[in-house]
Amino acid sequence: MRHRSFAKHFYIMLLPGLLWLAFFNLYPMYGVVTAFKDFNPGLGILKSPWVGLENFQYMFELDDSKLIFRNTVLIAFAKMVGNLIVPLAFALMLNEVKNRLFTRTVQTVVYLPHFLSWVIVAGMMLDIFAYSGPVNAVLSGLGFEPILFFADAGIFPALVVGSDVWKEFGFSAIIFFAALTSINPEMYEAAAIDGASQWKRLTRITIPSILPVAALLATLSLGNILNAGFDQIFNLYNPSVYSTGDIIDTWVYRAGLIDMQYGLATSVGLLKSVVGLVLIATSYSLAYRFANYRIF
Amino acid sequence: MIAERSFMFKIFNGLNIVVLIVIMLLCLLPVWYTLSISLSDKAAASAGQVFLWPKGLTFGSYATIIQDGQFFRSFFISVQRVLYGAGISFFVILLMAYPLSKTSKEFRPRNVIMWLLIFAMLFNGGLVPWYLTMKTLGMINNIWGLVLGGGLPVFNVILVMNYLRNMPKEMEESALMDGAGPWRILFSILLPLSVPVLATILVFTIVYHWNEFFQALVLMNKSDHYPLQSYIRQVAVVIDPTKMDEETVKRMSVLSNQTLNAAKIFISMLPLLVIYPFLQKYFVKGITLGSVKG
Repeated sequence: MRHRSFAKHFYIMLLPGLLWLAFFNLYPMYGVVTAFKDFNPGLGILKSPWVGLENFQYMFELDDSKLIFRNTVLIAFAKMVGNLIVPLAFALMLNEVKNRLFTRTVQTVVYLPHFLSWVIVAGMMLDIFAYSGPVNAVLSGLGFEPILFFADAGIFPALVVGSDVWKEFGFSAIIFFAALTSINPEMYEAAAIDGASQWKRLTRITIPSILPVAALLATLSLGNILNAGFDQIFNLYNPSVYSTGDIIDTWVYRAGLIDMQYGLATSVGLLKSVVGLVLIATSYSLAYRFANYRIF
Repeated sequence: MIAERSFMFKIFNGLNIVVLIVIMLLCLLPVWYTLSISLSDKAAASAGQVFLWPKGLTFGSYATIIQDGQFFRSFFISVQRVLYGAGISFFVILLMAYPLSKTSKEFRPRNVIMWLLIFAMLFNGGLVPWYLTMKTLGMINNIWGLVLGGGLPVFNVILVMNYLRNMPKEMEESALMDGAGPWRILFSILLPLSVPVLATILVFTIVYHWNEFFQALVLMNKSDHYPLQSYIRQVAVVIDPTKMDEETVKRMSVLSNQTLNAAKIFISMLPLLVIYPFLQKYFVKGITLGSVKG
């Protein structure tokens, strides 16, 4: 067709995006060679001497490595479970309400936290969980001792997971709402004629219909097991909770940009990126194979 | 039996609504609490006397912010960043999505470029290489570092591309017959038809640029150049561990700027709260458009 003569124009259309990609996505990738160098800021990436796998060796000798890996996986996994079960339960509950005005209002409100930045949410949390804040006021009203929430390494992961679920459950429920509205209403009508109760309709029609969606989302989220949420933890943590709250990304930030151990920080970051890529590719291909899901 | 059951379900439905209302309030309360702190008297706030209603109602914090030059500078930087970022992303994404919506038969390199984009979306070099290369690109203390530094928004390109691919072929073919070229087709035919998806990505981009706080902490040497979220983080969020023991926490909170910080937090949310009702229409669509099944 005439499309062939379009090719020239298509290249021109692609050009701005490809330039952006080249300078700000691909060029930084080249910087990963820093992982195999003894980086010296005076010499730059190119001229710094090669050291082979020394940075990686050093990484595996550090006690921190095990700790940040464990924290990352634990927090990410807990978030994954929370952000699947809570939105699912919430969507099912809201689906049982037939009043449109009520469901619309609830939806509007619960989507809101997703759009707040972690800076804002962290700022609000510091007030709410402050030593003289409302949560501690309730606790002391119930006869408990007030807690320094952000200094307690035992509580910190729960705060992180809880606030993440708070922020995202509404938005994550959107996909379940979409799945619920696509259930064929004739099934409910037929069930009603057969005398099925509200409970039966829920357990025999609604839940089986959206379980595949839940399974698909669970599979896709497996690729994020090394992403425990940098933006969030970076705004919430402090040295007294490093033992349970320090994750790979925050550690890389401190090692690289604060302590200027460029080579070491790059190698940790690179290892994370590579493992992450493999995990995401695996979860996507599983999703494709079993649910025929594809992104393009 | 039937009657008993429907009675049970009245209770169930009633409880269900109560729980949903509680969930809804839990989402609103933090924002409401921040607002009432910001409108309270300093001493009352730090003594922990403020709950759902401001105590010693005062607009003092807001009056102080009006005189805070850095707050306004940062606010302006954020606005600038959103305008540049959203404007550039919008056109770059639209221009890329159209050729990529063709099949590889119609446009040969299509699949190669797609895989390159997917790779760039799923893999990144990590923080340190990003910082080092941004430095060599001259992006330190430069607003363009914030506008472009996040890289090409590949996910949004895919979103628009999928939308264009699902459009009936006849639209384009009849325009071709009438002698329209590719630019004409894109801007006078496909663009007006893609308003829902373009509005969606615009929403995502605006929110991203307004909320992003981290890049400026790394790229800007002076806090004069901080956008609003980075500035707020600096004044209101950074926890100093030396202040964490009980006695100092108590002492510090008397001196702290809790009410002022709450006011800053609230103002920085305000633009989103104002446009939120308009946004809502679009992002719900956007997230369900995110994937093609089948």
